[in-house]
Amino acid sequence: MNLIVDRAGFLTSVQDLGRAGYRQFGVSLGGALDSFGLRVANVLVGNNESAAGLEITFGGLQLRFTDERVVAWCGGKFGVQIGSTSLPPGHAARLQAGEQLKFGQPQIGCRSWMAISGGIEVLSVLGSRSTDLRAQFGGFEGRTLRNGDQLRLGGSRQSQPSVTERISHRTAPHDWILPAKRHPILRFIRGLDWNRFSASALQSLTSEAFTVSPDSDRMGVRFDGPELKRQDSVDLISEAVAPGVLQVPPSGKPILLLGDCQTIGGYPKIAYVITVDLGIAAQLRAGDHVRFSEVSLADAQQLLLEREREFERFRVGLSLQDS
Amino acid sequence: MEIVPLGDSTLIVRVRDQFQNAAEETLDIVLRTFQQLQNAAIPGVIELAPSYTSVAVFFDPTVVGEAGRPDQLFDWCAQRIRAAVAGVADPGRPRALAARLIEIPVCYDPEFALDVDDVASQGQLTTKEVIDLHSAAEYRVSCIGFTPGFPFLSGMPKKLATPRRHVPRKQIPAGSVGIGGAQTGIYPLHSPGGWNLIGRTPLRLFDPAQNPPALLRAGDRVRFRVITRDEFESLKR
Repeated sequence: MNLIVDRAGFLTSVQDLGRAGYRQFGVSLGGALDSFGLRVANVLVGNNESAAGLEITFGGLQLRFTDERVVAWCGGKFGVQIGSTSLPPGHAARLQAGEQLKFGQPQIGCRSWMAISGGIEVLSVLGSRSTDLRAQFGGFEGRTLRNGDQLRLGGSRQSQPSVTERISHRTAPHDWILPAKRHPILRFIRGLDWNRFSASALQSLTSEAFTVSPDSDRMGVRFDGPELKRQDSVDLISEAVAPGVLQVPPSGKPILLLGDCQTIGGYPKIAYVITVDLGIAAQLRAGDHVRFSEVSLADAQQLLLEREREFERFRVGLSLQDS
Repeated sequence: MEIVPLGDSTLIVRVRDQFQNAAEETLDIVLRTFQQLQNAAIPGVIELAPSYTSVAVFFDPTVVGEAGRPDQLFDWCAQRIRAAVAGVADPGRPRALAARLIEIPVCYDPEFALDVDDVASQGQLTTKEVIDLHSAAEYRVSCIGFTPGFPFLSGMPKKLATPRRHVPRKQIPAGSVGIGGAQTGIYPLHSPGGWNLIGRTPLRLFDPAQNPPALLRAGDRVRFRVITRDEFESLKR
């Protein structure tokens, strides 16, 4: 019933869809930085979409299970091996007890999410099994995994997917399972403080490339590149921020907030990266060149609703095949 | 009142465009708005979060998409919000919540008060005057944020106002009491931070094993009680 971590890799943590409901107490949403990727992986292995899985950053993870499990992963372009067989993203695979699964280094992107049938059964804290790495609670002992850790898994459900082959042929749409891009473009809608920026800043945002800085983490992606200058100097009153907010501190270097971001902030919000592109954002690594492209609020919401409808069809389709 | 989008799945309800010049009144309107939105239980609302002058409303767009017209998600949400908070800013309305008064013991021992000299010289005060002023005032929690359970407190005597440190500290011990500009606050967790440290409380301001996990919430009244180093150590246990 256990997952055994032989090598923890660079940064691996237990995550689910996040800890909604506690922002009024300053608790970050957290959860898988690409929550959609984890949902897809979960339904591929027959889990409830909100089951806890692993977020693997820069690979290096090696693990095995004490009983038979079905796994699937989505995310960056990683080489993943079960013994000598490679496991592509978005395919459910059956792992025998003791068989080792290895994540190599990513060629594109930096994170992936792995679901395990039965889910990871750490204690739910404030309604979530996610690890809050900044506040050090939740998940597995409130920390990243270490070599030798043993994590309890949930009971494999009776409706385990019928993966009769070693690796299932069924898969999900390519953009869902491999969102990492060599030339990422993030679509955005205008932020509340759009008009506080100079014309040249707005021009730069939509026409120039921004380079991902090395001091990026689960809280946010920091960019080098054009300085986005304001045309006013009014001190703003702090208010809510959320993943997807592109805020600009006085340095003029924008920061894209991700899942572990603070709950409130006082920097001007020039734009918001749309929800369906947060999976691309979660793959950004130091040195990547990113471009931004504007869409309307209505389009952003349409894209989100469409993806949810497709996801629902996909989920129902899988469960029909398994019943 | 204005209702503005924060991305594609969140609306911010701004009830005032100023805070400092009418902090008490603004906070009361924010909290009434927060409470009425909670009571309204609008379908698709995942959670609400108040801050200085606004309440953020986080939606699940798929639920709203079914309830309203999918091409006018936020219009539908904004309508429901307006209906829920109608009259919330009427003058003379009673306070939303009976504000709790919470006393927080603070030890102003020099070992904890790394920046008390900076605060003193800024306000041309002695160290003792800083402590007396800080512990005599009554504060109110404007909002919780920065880290889990971190209270931003308004109502600090103006003489204590001190700009944040130019270079933030990388590590501040949990319980540290600090001054940042016109506000005072308490670091609930070991974390980085740029506020001027003047003392430390033995209380735990954030405990994820409790629900609610934070000792304080927006709107609470707060007083600091001076304790000795011995009292600090025994309360800490």
